[in-house]
Amino acid sequence: MNRVILHCDLNNFYASVECLYNPELRDKPVAVCGSAEDRHGIVLAKNYIAKSYGVRTGEATWEAKRKCPGLITVKPNYSLYLKFSRYAREIYEYYTDRIESFGIDECWLDVSESLLLFGDGTKIADEIRRRVKSEMGVTVSIGVSYNKIFAKLGSDIKKPDAVTVITEDNFKDKVWRLPVEELLYVGRSTKAKLNNLSVFTIGDLANCSSQFLVNQLGKWGSILWNFANGYDISPVAKLGYEAAIKGIGNSITTPRDLTKNEDVKILIYVLSESVGERLRRHNFKGRTVQISIRDTALKSIDRQGKLDRHTYITSEIAAKAYEIFLNSWDWSKNIRSLGVRVTDLVEGDNFVQMSFFLEDIKRQKREAIDACVDRIRERFGHYSVQRAVLLEDEGLNANPAQDHVIFPVSYFRNS
Amino acid sequence: MGKVFVDAIVQFTKEGEKIPLEIVWKDGKRFEVDRVLDIRKAASLKAGGRGIRYKCRVRGKEIYLFLDDDKWFIET
Repeated sequence: MNRVILHCDLNNFYASVECLYNPELRDKPVAVCGSAEDRHGIVLAKNYIAKSYGVRTGEATWEAKRKCPGLITVKPNYSLYLKFSRYAREIYEYYTDRIESFGIDECWLDVSESLLLFGDGTKIADEIRRRVKSEMGVTVSIGVSYNKIFAKLGSDIKKPDAVTVITEDNFKDKVWRLPVEELLYVGRSTKAKLNNLSVFTIGDLANCSSQFLVNQLGKWGSILWNFANGYDISPVAKLGYEAAIKGIGNSITTPRDLTKNEDVKILIYVLSESVGERLRRHNFKGRTVQISIRDTALKSIDRQGKLDRHTYITSEIAAKAYEIFLNSWDWSKNIRSLGVRVTDLVEGDNFVQMSFFLEDIKRQKREAIDACVDRIRERFGHYSVQRAVLLEDEGLNANPAQDHVIFPVSYFRNS
Repeated sequence: MGKVFVDAIVQFTKEGEKIPLEIVWKDGKRFEVDRVLDIRKAASLKAGGRGIRYKCRVRGKEIYLFLDDDKWFIET
């Protein structure tokens, strides 16, 4: 039996919520922007009036203001958005228990088994659309199809407050005409590669031979080919399903550019502290340390290295991260943002192979110190205990563990 | 057009429902809710917000009283 899958996308989510709560903004161009002082000053969301001026998500606030001089910028209120995201889920849960979030404002719903209760996919989609509008005061656009990829494409075709149905009979007409970059996981560089092969629409992609695409793009070739032909069979996760954590990481865009190794060392300690703290809290140890570096031209690189053994000790993570950094950065450009991540996780209280040498005792001591620092911080706040290295430039200090909230997870987490 | 938060005297029923009995205006004046006509989740485009919407009859007039999490407000 064919599946019936809905993809619900809350339109201009942050901006819509702000406009709902501030009626005086509703007929003006509005953009929700990060704080410019901390250099997060980019457009996170905009309403349709701002869009008509050409304001785009992701561009700098000053760029947006130049395009649209009357633009009203508001600061994001994440806790309110999370609340609204939950309200939307409550509505979805009325129709099915197979709901998979994709970021804060998008969800897939598998309603295949609810059709007898509520009517066909289009009817359910229409009902959800009406309820979101009347109960929450924001709009949603919904794609209805027989796989997740086409459902997602459908929700983008007509918005706001609309339902698009893509069936096996009409997908060639509706989907294949779209430019290839509309497809999930075709980003800037894949688009360039495909365009070079004279693949411009999703239809072009579908009509290539799958082997040809594999030769050109590697395994992604066959995945994208399946996407384009509607052969995607990945399931919609069940309610309450939590993907196993594969890695823990933090990244930060710094208040000023990093110009020397000492700056980076401070930042790496800040990030490793938070990564270590989270590893310990969730009882994980990791073995692979990754760093990501983004320069002032917004180009980023990732580098990784392996530790001798699994660890959640802050100083070991930081030392490794710094070592990787020294080996991979030549300071041809200054650094704008930095990330540290630990993967290859095992449970923290697993048995370990002891060493012949004395280092085990040292490690135990370090673990004890970290545990102690965690407890002090729990009682007296994050800044009650600090590393001396962080005092060199207090401007760079922060507590990233506190404000990491929303990351869209990978589409492939089930597989 | 606007949003006015008000104090409310509320009955908590044993079924877990909340029924507003009285609204206290900012100047201290009390208005008895004669009857709750309808309860549903709704957005208030007029006031700017959303919540559980109680359609109430107060002194012969129908008003919308909203409960957003723990705060009560009315459209004016």
